[in-house]
Amino acid sequence: MASQPKLDLSTKVSDEIRQTTCYMCACRCGINVHMKDGKVAYIEGNRDHPVNQGVLCAKGSAGIMQVNAPSRLRAPLKRVGPRGSGEFEEIGWDEALEMAAGWLEPIRRTAPEKLAFFTGRDQSQSFTSFWAQNFGTPNYAAHGGFCSVNMAAGGIYTMGGAFWEFGQPDWDHTKLFMLFGVAEDHDSNPIKMGIGKIKARGAKVIGVNPVRSGYNAVADEWVAITPGTDGLFILSLVHELMKAGKIDLDYLSRYTNAPALIDPETGLLLRDGDDKVLVIDTVTGALTPFDQKGVRPSLSATHEAEGKTYVTVMAKMAEKYLDPQYAPEAVAERTGIPAAKIRKIAAELARVAFDESFELDRSWTDFRGETHDKMIGRPVSMHSMRGVSAHSNGFQTCRALHVLQILLGTVEVPGGFRFKPPYPKPIEAHPTPHCKATPDSPLDGPHLGFVRGPEHLALKEDGSPARIDKAFTWENPMSAHGLMHMVISNAHAGDPYKIDTLFMYMANMSWNSTMNTSGVIKMLTDQDETGDYVIPHIIYSDAYSSEMVAYADLILPDTTYLERHDCISLLDRPICEADGAADAIRWPVVEPDRDVRGFQTALIQLANLMKLPGFTNEAGEAKWSDYADYIVNHERKPGIGPLAGFRGESGDQVGRGAVNPDQLDRYIENGSFFVHHVPEEASYYKPWNSAYQDWAVELGLFDAPQPYLFQLYSEPMRKFQRAAEGHGERQPPEHLRERVRATMDPLPFWYPPFEDDRVDTSEFDVHALTQRPMAMYHSWGTQNAWLRQLHGTNPLYVPTKLWEKHGFQEGDWAHVTSAHGTITVPVAHQAALNENTVWTWNAIGKRKGAWALSEDAPEARTGFLLNHLIHELLPPKGDGLRWANSDPITGQAAWFDLRVKIEKTDAPAGDQAQPAFPALKSPVGKGPNELQWQVGETE
Amino acid sequence: MTQLPQSTERKLGLVIDLDTCVGCHACVIACKGWNTENYGAPLSDQRPYGDEPMGTFLNRVHSYEVQPEGGAAQTVHFPKSCLHCEDAPCVTVCPTGASYKRVEDGIVLVNESHCIGCGLCAWACPYGAREMDQAEGVMKKCTLCVDRIYNDTLPEEDRVPACVRTCPAGARHFGDFADPESNVSRLSAERGGMDLMPELGTAPVNKYLPPRPKDSWDEDSVLAPFLEPVVSDAGGFLGWLDKQLSRLPGDTHREER
Repeated sequence: MASQPKLDLSTKVSDEIRQTTCYMCACRCGINVHMKDGKVAYIEGNRDHPVNQGVLCAKGSAGIMQVNAPSRLRAPLKRVGPRGSGEFEEIGWDEALEMAAGWLEPIRRTAPEKLAFFTGRDQSQSFTSFWAQNFGTPNYAAHGGFCSVNMAAGGIYTMGGAFWEFGQPDWDHTKLFMLFGVAEDHDSNPIKMGIGKIKARGAKVIGVNPVRSGYNAVADEWVAITPGTDGLFILSLVHELMKAGKIDLDYLSRYTNAPALIDPETGLLLRDGDDKVLVIDTVTGALTPFDQKGVRPSLSATHEAEGKTYVTVMAKMAEKYLDPQYAPEAVAERTGIPAAKIRKIAAELARVAFDESFELDRSWTDFRGETHDKMIGRPVSMHSMRGVSAHSNGFQTCRALHVLQILLGTVEVPGGFRFKPPYPKPIEAHPTPHCKATPDSPLDGPHLGFVRGPEHLALKEDGSPARIDKAFTWENPMSAHGLMHMVISNAHAGDPYKIDTLFMYMANMSWNSTMNTSGVIKMLTDQDETGDYVIPHIIYSDAYSSEMVAYADLILPDTTYLERHDCISLLDRPICEADGAADAIRWPVVEPDRDVRGFQTALIQLANLMKLPGFTNEAGEAKWSDYADYIVNHERKPGIGPLAGFRGESGDQVGRGAVNPDQLDRYIENGSFFVHHVPEEASYYKPWNSAYQDWAVELGLFDAPQPYLFQLYSEPMRKFQRAAEGHGERQPPEHLRERVRATMDPLPFWYPPFEDDRVDTSEFDVHALTQRPMAMYHSWGTQNAWLRQLHGTNPLYVPTKLWEKHGFQEGDWAHVTSAHGTITVPVAHQAALNENTVWTWNAIGKRKGAWALSEDAPEARTGFLLNHLIHELLPPKGDGLRWANSDPITGQAAWFDLRVKIEKTDAPAGDQAQPAFPALKSPVGKGPNELQWQVGETE
Repeated sequence: MTQLPQSTERKLGLVIDLDTCVGCHACVIACKGWNTENYGAPLSDQRPYGDEPMGTFLNRVHSYEVQPEGGAAQTVHFPKSCLHCEDAPCVTVCPTGASYKRVEDGIVLVNESHCIGCGLCAWACPYGAREMDQAEGVMKKCTLCVDRIYNDTLPEEDRVPACVRTCPAGARHFGDFADPESNVSRLSAERGGMDLMPELGTAPVNKYLPPRPKDSWDEDSVLAPFLEPVVSDAGGFLGWLDKQLSRLPGDTHREER
């Protein structure tokens, strides 16, 4: 036998490791970037990081193909051909910023609302909103409105926090994990790590999803639910649990508004002069504020006063949810889940929550001053995301889900669902929306917030919408994240008014980030009778040659995530874990080799040029030169800035403290993140735990302890409903009155998705969905050379029943038709799929000419978007009104209400999916024909 | 013809848990990244931005559907790389001795300087685990990150294959199958670790843990009963509630009505 070669197996891996934060999706993992010869050689997860603890997903490891991507924009671009032609001229930054200021400065001085500034997948919203506020426009939001605002707002209105960034399952203790409508995304690595952890110890996973891929593929029990019926299924579980008495009465009595008393005339809760909710104390039998020492609120008491009988929220819930309409047999057909399976799931939830209960030997003191010597575990945890959220009944479904968790007593207890700082936080701790635009002045407060009643709607004095997206109006009163998907449509229609400049960041609105893609392309290029564009100016910032670039007049080229400063701030959407507050930074581990600037730096420079208040002092001098300067030196309140770590002159203060000029260096030394741990006695029961409340105040999360009750019954919703019944000064317009009355039910209920009422469901008898593959979820660009080899095509997946009915064979094509349009696409068979549902991967399809791909790339040929079938408006009903295809409460885009019909057809010429669009002229050329990406010398 | 060692001192390999693998491809790309920069020629990509992009990967995840009789269909994600077989046909078929199985740990490697790119080994491998690099003209395969696992410039905890280090779901485990007490031997014994296509006689070192039984609730299970109703309507519920509340700890519940 030939002798084995001698190998040197201890070669140095790299010259240096630079630690920063990933931005291949919104998960924000810590990464070790290995450098060789000053170049990025290899990326791996940072073991010390709280989010990913060393692991890294496919996107994260593929980041190296993002810094070398041929689609990177190289310099600011000025449009020289017609909009949509892709004809640009590269210009310098001075000219670019002067041009932007030239459009923006006049409107700021006369009518700041004529700027619509929407920032897509922005992770710097506390900064971008600060910019918009100082500009003075009310028209600002990021992408939450078309993503998952129902989930976020449903959680915050119900329990003061939601899933994902707001909380997490107690992976260390949970014994049953139930996943609703989470495809392969949100959130990325922590969910995978958690599933791996609980499966390793034999805990069970239930997956509720029409599609069995990703996490649902490893679920022990799969519930192949019919899209849009999750609320019905959840309330059937509630029905079963209440009927069997399997609810946590002690928890409900102490920590929720179940014992609050409802005024039978107003539907509002009985309160004292200090506005505190009153309950009947079971000890004394007396009416008393809920939070007094020793009070044990009664769930079943009634209260007689002024000839009226007040009953508890609990009694109201019994009346509602014990109704036979929620019995498993009554919902089985509609949900597609056999009644026996619903019963079985309810039984298992109850068994694990109550029979597998356990205790942690940790004492804690609640807000009433009572000390508990143990923490009681209810080891059932849940997680949910867009599948539940992106329906027109999504908000009420999200509320229903939280009510289910709360009835089982599984929120903020061991084994259940836990909040991450700065949550939990009651509605009262959030701002209300602000919308008063004044020429040459900042806006009167933060744009986005949480309305408590009609008085907080963003309406002008004449009752018309103050915002271009009609957020916080009677069409969608609780639209906490704005409605990015309505901005272009409304601006084009001049409804509620016309704008001058549309300024967007990281939002591919002429392609996959919009409903009605073809329509939006027309709106962006539409000209009025004088030949001017209906939307006069469009500024866009992106790092890559996306489809949206061609539709802007001015491009501000952003850097890649490895070339920039960023802060992932506690003021915004931080990276906290249930056991610690945490924030993070990015820093340029490599310097850009192009004439590009981080978008936030460009915004600061633009603000300085316009001498925006907030950014400049009274003498008009700039406060900050770039984003790094702002991150360190900006103070939101004295001692509180974007980063909580290493504050104070010597860098030893946490949360509150003076500006530390070395703060970024300290973060870099620490792996680009900072963690401050929650003390053990504060680890659970956070909304009611005095130790947690004190810790949060000390850290600067809020200024005084603010314990609160979970809102099973939502009083803010009742206030809107009551207005619709004719009470109060602010009244809904007549065409919306009945809808507001019906949908603003203060207790969760289920109603069919709106599209079901507008189309013939016997004709459009198939549900159509999208999801993103794990290797691409939320990643900015599928042009990534490695990732596109994993998912470069996206057939329409068809379940067995429909596959056989239509006689499909592999390689066949289908017409897919909705009330709005038709697409022609390749099909593939999938058996593990709800029998009336088809789906495809989202955002694989690309337009020819974009992303530096060749025009024959599969993404631009057989790849397609379902977006063409989904309109931002519901089909007209003949009243002349524009009805948004959105949740009536939050305005969340109802992507997943879509109904279609399918028919087999011949493959189009050249296997070109339809509709096809002419190729865009690429501002960056095309990528190379071969890659051998080794940056260091082989040793 | 190249000879296999009679036996190896250790049998390094992977346990891959098919019950936990969510099919995220993290292992695929971590492998691509590490092996593009390290052992041997970089893993090249042909038409990386064009039609039919085709690159070299040492590890790929395939997805399959399983349709049980009368039950719900299942999806199985199946990562596949070289199994470092004890009786590796890819080694014995190699005309130059470039393919070899290491005596000390059983890792099957390709000595790229002796590889003539004839492709016989890829043809002989029943698992399709070898890929010819189109740019370099040499055969590439999983090295079990031989340049990580013994690399004393790396922290000790990082001396595992890149795919194992990165796997978010913890579905990949690395160790020595020759040691019955190793993590991989124990896991494989506990969970019924399986050989891939054992009938071929290749004696793969890597083991796959089969998915646990699924969807037991679709059948009429006698194991756990449904919930027993205690009430039938809202009125009954309130009466029941009164009774229960009086049993709560610290409660001196009185009749209010």
